[in-house]
Amino acid sequence: MSVSAPIRVDLQLIADMVEPGGRALDIGCGDGALLAYLVNFKQVDARGMELSQTGVNACVANGLSVIQGDADTDLGDYPDDAFDYVILGQTLQATREPRRVLRQMLRVGKRAIVSFPNFAHWQVRLRLVFGGRMPETPSLPFKWYDTPNIHLCSIDDFRALCADMGVRIERAIVLDRNSRPISLPPLLANLLGEQAVFMLRRD
Amino acid sequence: MLDDLTDAEQKALAQCRHAVLGVERPLRLDCGVDLGPYRVAYQTYGTLNDAKSNAVLICHALTLDQFVADTHPVTGKEGWWVSLVGPGKVLDPARYFIICVNVLGGCMGTTGPLARDPATGQPWNLHFPVVTVADMVRAQAALLDHLRIPDLFCVLGGSMGGMQVLEWAASYPKRVFSAVPIACAARHSAQNIAFHEVGRQAIMADPEWKGGDYRLHGTAPARGLAVARMTAHITYLSEQALQRKFGRNLQDRNALGFGFDADFQVESYLRHQGSSFVDRFDANSYLYITRAMDYFDLAGAHGGVLASAFKGSPTRFCSISFTSDWLFPTRENRAIVHALNAAAANVSFVEVETDKGHDAFLLDEPEMFRTLSGFLKGAAAVRGLS
Repeated sequence: MSVSAPIRVDLQLIADMVEPGGRALDIGCGDGALLAYLVNFKQVDARGMELSQTGVNACVANGLSVIQGDADTDLGDYPDDAFDYVILGQTLQATREPRRVLRQMLRVGKRAIVSFPNFAHWQVRLRLVFGGRMPETPSLPFKWYDTPNIHLCSIDDFRALCADMGVRIERAIVLDRNSRPISLPPLLANLLGEQAVFMLRRD
Repeated sequence: MLDDLTDAEQKALAQCRHAVLGVERPLRLDCGVDLGPYRVAYQTYGTLNDAKSNAVLICHALTLDQFVADTHPVTGKEGWWVSLVGPGKVLDPARYFIICVNVLGGCMGTTGPLARDPATGQPWNLHFPVVTVADMVRAQAALLDHLRIPDLFCVLGGSMGGMQVLEWAASYPKRVFSAVPIACAARHSAQNIAFHEVGRQAIMADPEWKGGDYRLHGTAPARGLAVARMTAHITYLSEQALQRKFGRNLQDRNALGFGFDADFQVESYLRHQGSSFVDRFDANSYLYITRAMDYFDLAGAHGGVLASAFKGSPTRFCSISFTSDWLFPTRENRAIVHALNAAAANVSFVEVETDKGHDAFLLDEPEMFRTLSGFLKGAAAVRGLS
């Protein structure tokens, strides 16, 4: 992986939220693109956790610190406040117990950065209401029977969960279909945002 | 040193370096005995740089030795890790100063039961104190002091070598910049102790063993040691690998012999493994080193909590396991990784897909080489090694 390779727009957005020089854990780090960026450009002591062994092996072969692990089961090992940031990109909706995962992220890290697809996006609503079929969109490209996404939520659902858990939302960025940030009032954001990125901290 | 060296030891010492340590300050062993003076035989490849920052220690497994990458002085076979160590390889002597030390209790030049007790002038044999993995590591650390090497860029090893790596990281965290425990465990399991006990009993049941004094009697418990090796060798392979290599194929015959010769290829193979082993290995040494592995329990030495062994560790770790290894299965290696996570240590973990069993770490496994290469590259960048 070249150190100068540009990273996906949504990953760049997450990377921009991370202060240089700290410690970060990227859960579901995939091929390690965000990790490599954080290490090379932000001098972050960045570690990764990835479910697929192929992804892990590729990361380690690129000199990144990554273990094979599962957000649902393996966060419990880490001590409190082990990281400045715990990042979960596009994975929360695929966990078995999202609430517990969020709780663990905010125990292990001082801050959590979470991104997820918005299930209240207008395209999703239209497909379900008028199409009568489970929605398939660019950010939700799966059939109902083979989707890994078992706990989908809307932006407003996520805000409600944070309120219920007593978690402070430090930043919330709503993205359009090209993963570009858009500035909208909350009601419209839940309708027009295709994805969202939240930075959270314990209150 | 008061020694009458075996042929194998003479050949080994002629082909490697050695140091006599513990003359002024003996080595305090876990069993409470002070050992000294003692000899450590070791091999090196490459040159220590001016900053003394490129030293790599390879820790060898149970029956291996310091001849990592040169022709073995007894068997004439190539070094046991030439796939990893050598010009253009992952561990290139042009870049690193690579050291491998024959373990304490060994039979390739380092002091073990073959040596003489300086107090009595008699061969130690079974009077040699029982050594532990931690004792082996202490002797290696003493050698580094002797060589004036402050710390190691990397300590790596598989199987019992991996146990030494873990012990190094736990006992000398500031001397270990990076650590690669491969196909190992933080404690020897009941099943593994059981297999070792079968091996030891085979040796001790051989009438030629003579209570460990076979050299005094001019005998050799070759049958017992061969059976020990045969048993152990099965645990280094996997069922799939045995099936793939041998199946039920017959050896040099077209039909069953209705007798107890080696009808099957797998029998013939094991017999060969056993008989060739006794030429290069000492039976008492086998007892001592298997015992050291049995006694290894890193959590036990740290209040029962493995993570405590690595608390505040500055070391970068890379743990590697193999899918078909049933001697040190992935689950045991993962327990180490979990403990390292609990200590917030910097750790990578890779499980390599292979059907070659425990021995995979000694074989051509491209995924392992890629992992090691990437990990060392990352660590070298942080260490400032060009």
